[in-house]
Amino acid sequence: MAEPAIELIGIDKSFGAVRANKSIDLTVERGTIHGIVGENGAGKSTLMSIIYGFYQADRGEIRVGGRRVEITDPNAAIAAGIGMVHQHFMLVDNLTVVENVMLGAERSPLLRKGIATVRAELRRLEADHGLEVDPDAIVENLPVGLQQRVEILKALYRQADILILDEPTGVLTPSEADHLFEVLKQLRAEGKTIILITHKLREIMAITDNVSVMRQGEMVATRKTAETSVAELAELMVGRRVLLTVDKDVAKPGDPMLSVKRLTVKDGRGVPMVKDVSFTVRAGEIVGIAGVAGNGQSELLEALSGIRQAESGQIVLCGREIDPAKESDPAEIRRIGCGHVPEDRHHMGLVLPFEENENSILGYQDDPRYQKGLLLDLTAMRRDARDKIEGYDIRPADCRLKTANFSGGNQQKIVLAREMERDPDVLLIGQPTRGVDVGAIEFIHKRIVAMRDAGKAILLVSVELDEIRALSDRILVMFAGNIVGERGPDASESELGLLMAGVDEKEAAE
Amino acid sequence: MMDLSSLLDLIDSTIRLSTPLLFAALAGLYSERSGIFDISLEGKMLIAAFASASAAAVWGSVMLGLCVGILASVGFSLIHGVASITYRGNQIVSGVAINFIAAGLTIILGQSWFGQGGRTPSLFGGGRFTAVDLPGAEAVRDVPVLGPIYSGILSGQTPLVYVAFLMVPLTWWILFRTRFGLRLRAVGENPAAVDTAGISVTWLRYRAVIICGVLCGFAGAYLATAQAAGFTRDMTAGKGYIALAALIFANWKPVPVMFACLLFGFLDAISIRVGGVELPVIGQISVQFVSALPYILTVILLAGFVGKATPPKAGGVPYVKER
Repeated sequence: MAEPAIELIGIDKSFGAVRANKSIDLTVERGTIHGIVGENGAGKSTLMSIIYGFYQADRGEIRVGGRRVEITDPNAAIAAGIGMVHQHFMLVDNLTVVENVMLGAERSPLLRKGIATVRAELRRLEADHGLEVDPDAIVENLPVGLQQRVEILKALYRQADILILDEPTGVLTPSEADHLFEVLKQLRAEGKTIILITHKLREIMAITDNVSVMRQGEMVATRKTAETSVAELAELMVGRRVLLTVDKDVAKPGDPMLSVKRLTVKDGRGVPMVKDVSFTVRAGEIVGIAGVAGNGQSELLEALSGIRQAESGQIVLCGREIDPAKESDPAEIRRIGCGHVPEDRHHMGLVLPFEENENSILGYQDDPRYQKGLLLDLTAMRRDARDKIEGYDIRPADCRLKTANFSGGNQQKIVLAREMERDPDVLLIGQPTRGVDVGAIEFIHKRIVAMRDAGKAILLVSVELDEIRALSDRILVMFAGNIVGERGPDASESELGLLMAGVDEKEAAE
Repeated sequence: MMDLSSLLDLIDSTIRLSTPLLFAALAGLYSERSGIFDISLEGKMLIAAFASASAAAVWGSVMLGLCVGILASVGFSLIHGVASITYRGNQIVSGVAINFIAAGLTIILGQSWFGQGGRTPSLFGGGRFTAVDLPGAEAVRDVPVLGPIYSGILSGQTPLVYVAFLMVPLTWWILFRTRFGLRLRAVGENPAAVDTAGISVTWLRYRAVIICGVLCGFAGAYLATAQAAGFTRDMTAGKGYIALAALIFANWKPVPVMFACLLFGFLDAISIRVGGVELPVIGQISVQFVSALPYILTVILLAGFVGKATPPKAGGVPYVKER
């Protein structure tokens, strides 16, 4: 048998304290399409950046065609025949297609000869692969699908034998994606090796020969695509975690406190991430939103909390209608009575260089309780912070300490204490226990259930399926921006896993 | 009515006054196209003017003066480079600092070296750039219209004027016809694309910053050793900022940069002429108002009232590899 196209042996990579890749082994056979799946943050992109020489591995070895190579920078990767199509295109928007393709591979100090070569090569690639694109078009005027094609052409022009595509279909329409897959199959037929990184299992099943699954920085399994199933992959991706149990009584839902009708939300790139979503959360119940990260949950939370402007639809919060046409106002949402524990406490929940007591009133600093004339009432703030520290067992119990010096679990408690102690009627909670130690998880879960029992309406978003199942009274599953199903808390993990993977309800029932 | 000779005179001084602007604006073009904003054109011109005048005064050689001026300017542009490329500092802060240092240093050094209140000794003979007469300038002087244009405007300029205007097509050619130019245009727009193409963003930007220093050196040397006969304190008088305005007004493109500089040079030339002149209806034009015109136009242009400026997208942002 021929040497594999590329082999990774024991690749390790840390960013500070975070181990993004833990001794990864991977073998990709020549002339195959090899899928790599995993949730966002599983370490896929880091691994590919190491192969492309964008980062150096701390340990481990890369072999291309059986020979050990040192990939110290992208040049070395290109020389080894590795090409990469980045998730965010590495194109210069105001240059032409020809200029983008030749950048870094001009072949001589003057452009004229290189331009002629690129043109001839583009014509050949167009004829061979149907990769049609106007060589003189300015890249920013091209639709996204064509821009991606330029990225592929860049790699092919550099004689890449191994092509890595990082989440290539995220920005494509379905028909553009289908065309891309045709192109990839054709390249495979010519003996090129393709590594496809994605979190969409459907694509993996449709096009790959082999598939490797990553979870939390580890390569957990490699399968032949023909011998695996969406369900198995979903389970491998999400992983079986220690089963969490939370003691709680049956919910006694009251009036609807938050109702969402036909809500559509676009992300910063203008891509719709939440599509026509409707649901209701009642007082005294926890509604959990399950889903693989990146399926619109974040944008949904941001729209509900007023951080992101919704495109269209209706939100009724505590009986007040929020007009999506008006500029969104997080302060207004808070005043109406909606607390928000953001998914990412470092980016949205806390200002890390601030003292603990400052963070514990963040967003509520205009409350008369903390005012003394024109100034903040520091005594009141600190008294208030000390009460929360006691009530939520935040350690160390020092309200003057910089927030960055608290552990993840304690930082999360600071945010929870701030939002819960305002006694909101509706509480939006994103990833309440991400990066939190087991002891704190239990505490946080109990607090959430206590809020429910006090008659609050709670919307919980989490990528931890166990957490969703343990806490929720109703479970909504989000996939590709849609709510694809609703289940009770007793729904099985595999049933939810299938829904999360986008297998529709009928198939899941079979 | 203006007669032909005074019109030619006006054009002639327009060209001479736009030359330092053109050098400085082209200098800024290289730097900013690479993504390094540079408001220290002013300071670099000033230090180059001082260094070139000092060297020319001490050694009596204008070429030596030019070289020393360029070296001083490149030295300052490397400070800006280290601060904004290697240490990823704030480019505006670094630029402002260079302007301050140049303003102070030229006066202190000038006083301590020459003791003439911040001036350098007057240059004469080989210490100054002198006019070059193009072949046949005398012969065609009497040919109507074309004769005076050739002999009065094209001929009889100092060599640096020709260098400045030849830099325009050369810059265009470098930018759009060479590998370096392609990479320069790319790195100011999307340095990550350049990095992933296997090109060093750092080295590319350093080269751009060095070229900027060289051209600012020419600008300063022109002021002190061609236009004037020695350095006087603050002799750049905001020309670096005007060059910056011209660069923005011209949308970072070489040929429009030349026209923008000619426009500013023209306003400057007019202000020298019409100040104090009695005009019908309007009355006497105040000298102060007219000499303020280029600066007023600068403010208007920089405030973005004219056209839409689209600076290089990655301008002002230090390049950090994304995780």
